[in-house]
Amino acid sequence: MSQHAFHHALLDAAQPIPEGLTDGAGRPAGRRYAVYRNNVAVSLTEALAAGFPGCAALLGEANTNRIAGRFLRQHPPASPLMIHWGAAFPAFLDGLDGLDRLPFLSDVARLELALRRAYHAADATPIAPDALLSIPEDRLGLARLRLAPSVQLVKSRWPVAEIRAFALGLGPAPTGGAQEIAVLRPDYDPEPHVLPPQGHAFLAALRANMPPGAAVTQCGPGFDPAPCLALLLGHGAITEILS
Amino acid sequence: MPSVTTLPARPGVGYKPQHYSEILSDAGPVGWLEIHAENYMGDGGRPLAQLRALAERFAISVHGVGLSIGGEGRLDPEHLARLKHLVGWLTPASFSEHLAWSTHDSAFLNDLLPLPYTNTTLARVVAHIDEVQDTLGRTMLLENPSSYLAFAESTWDEPDFLREIARRTGCGLLLDVNNVFVSATNLGFTPQAYIDSFALEQVGEIHLGGHDEDEDDHGAPLLIDSHGREVADPVWALLDHTLARSGPKPVLIEWDTDVPAWPVLAEEARRAEEALARLAVAA
Repeated sequence: MSQHAFHHALLDAAQPIPEGLTDGAGRPAGRRYAVYRNNVAVSLTEALAAGFPGCAALLGEANTNRIAGRFLRQHPPASPLMIHWGAAFPAFLDGLDGLDRLPFLSDVARLELALRRAYHAADATPIAPDALLSIPEDRLGLARLRLAPSVQLVKSRWPVAEIRAFALGLGPAPTGGAQEIAVLRPDYDPEPHVLPPQGHAFLAALRANMPPGAAVTQCGPGFDPAPCLALLLGHGAITEILS
Repeated sequence: MPSVTTLPARPGVGYKPQHYSEILSDAGPVGWLEIHAENYMGDGGRPLAQLRALAERFAISVHGVGLSIGGEGRLDPEHLARLKHLVGWLTPASFSEHLAWSTHDSAFLNDLLPLPYTNTTLARVVAHIDEVQDTLGRTMLLENPSSYLAFAESTWDEPDFLREIARRTGCGLLLDVNNVFVSATNLGFTPQAYIDSFALEQVGEIHLGGHDEDEDDHGAPLLIDSHGREVADPVWALLDHTLARSGPKPVLIEWDTDVPAWPVLAEEARRAEEALARLAVAA
C-alpha cells in the first residue's frame, strides 16, 4: 500500500479505511487505523492550542477543537518544526464565519505569534542603556539603530494585550481601544509593551534601517521618540549603533 | 566499527523544561538527558540556553521525531541540514530516529506512522539512513515503533527487518521495550520472543514509557503508546528480560504528555537504576 493511500484517509474520516491493513490475525484493521487518525488530529490540535493559548481560552475547548480541525487540514505543518507552525492562523481566523462575538481573535493570534517568534529568536547583546546619551543629537538622527532579532511589532484596533491577559486569567477586564505593541525579550521571557501612538510606525522604520531622524519625521509633527527609545533601551532591544 | 553510543549505561530521562532547576540542583539517579531535536531548532532564546547549560553537566541524546526515515519521498534536505547544525555544535553522545514516516507531500503530520516491511521499504530505509549518517558524519540509532495494525504485504518480521537495516548501514538500534510490549499485545506475538530475536548487540539505548489501554472492534486489548503515565509492571519485567540478555545499557524514561512533577519522573529513573543494579549483582 502506498503512503498516499494511508495518508489520504488519515485526515478525512469519511474515507474508507485503506485495504491491506490487518489486526495481526488477518482481520481488517478497523478502529486500529483510527488510532493514527486520532493521534494526528489530537497532536496537531494540542500543538495549535499550546501555541495560541489566549485564542484557545477565548474560544473554549469545543470551538478550539473544531477550528483546529479545519486549520490543520487546510494548513498542515510544512516542516517538522512545530515551534514555527501557525503563521497562517491569524489570516485563517479572519476568513472564518461565526466569530462575530470575538472580532479581536485574529489580532490576539497575531500577538501570540509575535510572542512565540520573540521566544525563539536569536540572542543578541544589547548596547548599554546610556550608550545613546554620548552621541550628539545631530549625529544620532543620522545613525542607524540595529534592533534585537526578538523585537516584534503588533498593531490592533483592540486592546489585544489586555484581552489576552484577561483570557488567560493574568489581568483585569480589558478597557480602552486600539493598541500598538512592541514585544520585547530582555532575557528569555517575551513581554508585550504598549507603545504611544505612531510608536509602531517609528519602530518599524528603525527596524527597516531608517535613521532615527527620518523615522521621527515620517511619524508626523509632534511625535516624540523619547518614550519609544527609552523602552527599547530599558529592555535591551537595541544591539548596535551604526554611524 | 565504533561503539554505537557513548551514553552511559545508566538511567536517563526525556528532558522537559519545567524540570530544569531540579535537574541542575539534584538529578538523583539520572545520568543523561534526551531532547527532541526539533524543539531545539529555533534561533536562540531559553531552549538553546538551557540546552547549552545542561550539556555542560550531562551527556545528551538527540532524538529526532521529524526526519520521516520511513517515508516514500526523499529526506527533507533543509531538515537534514538543521540536524547537521544541531549535532555539529552540541556534539551529543547519541543521535536517534524512528522506523516510521511523518511527512507526506511536504505536510508534516506530527505522528510516527507505520510502514510495511518488504524488500522495497528495506532498501528505501537503508538509503535514507546512509544519507543521514553520511550527512551527519556519525552513526545513528534507529528505534522500533509501536504498532496498532499490521500490513498484509509485509514479508519481514520486525526484529529481522531492523537487524538487516543495521547490518547494511552500520547503524545502531534503539530498543523501545514499551513499544515491544504494546506491539506484542496489539498484534498477538510474544514480547520475550521478539526480544530474543532482536539484534541486542546493536542496541545503543533502551526506551521505556507508559501506555494507555483501549480495545479494538472485537474487544481485544489495544494498547496506545501515550508516554503519559508510569511504565507498566509487565514492561519493567520485560526490561529485566532484555537486560539479562543484552547486558547493561543506557535506559531512558519517556514521559511526554501530562508531564509529572520531577520527583515522580525521578522515581521512574530510580526503578531503572534498580534494574541495572540487579544486573550488576547477578554478574
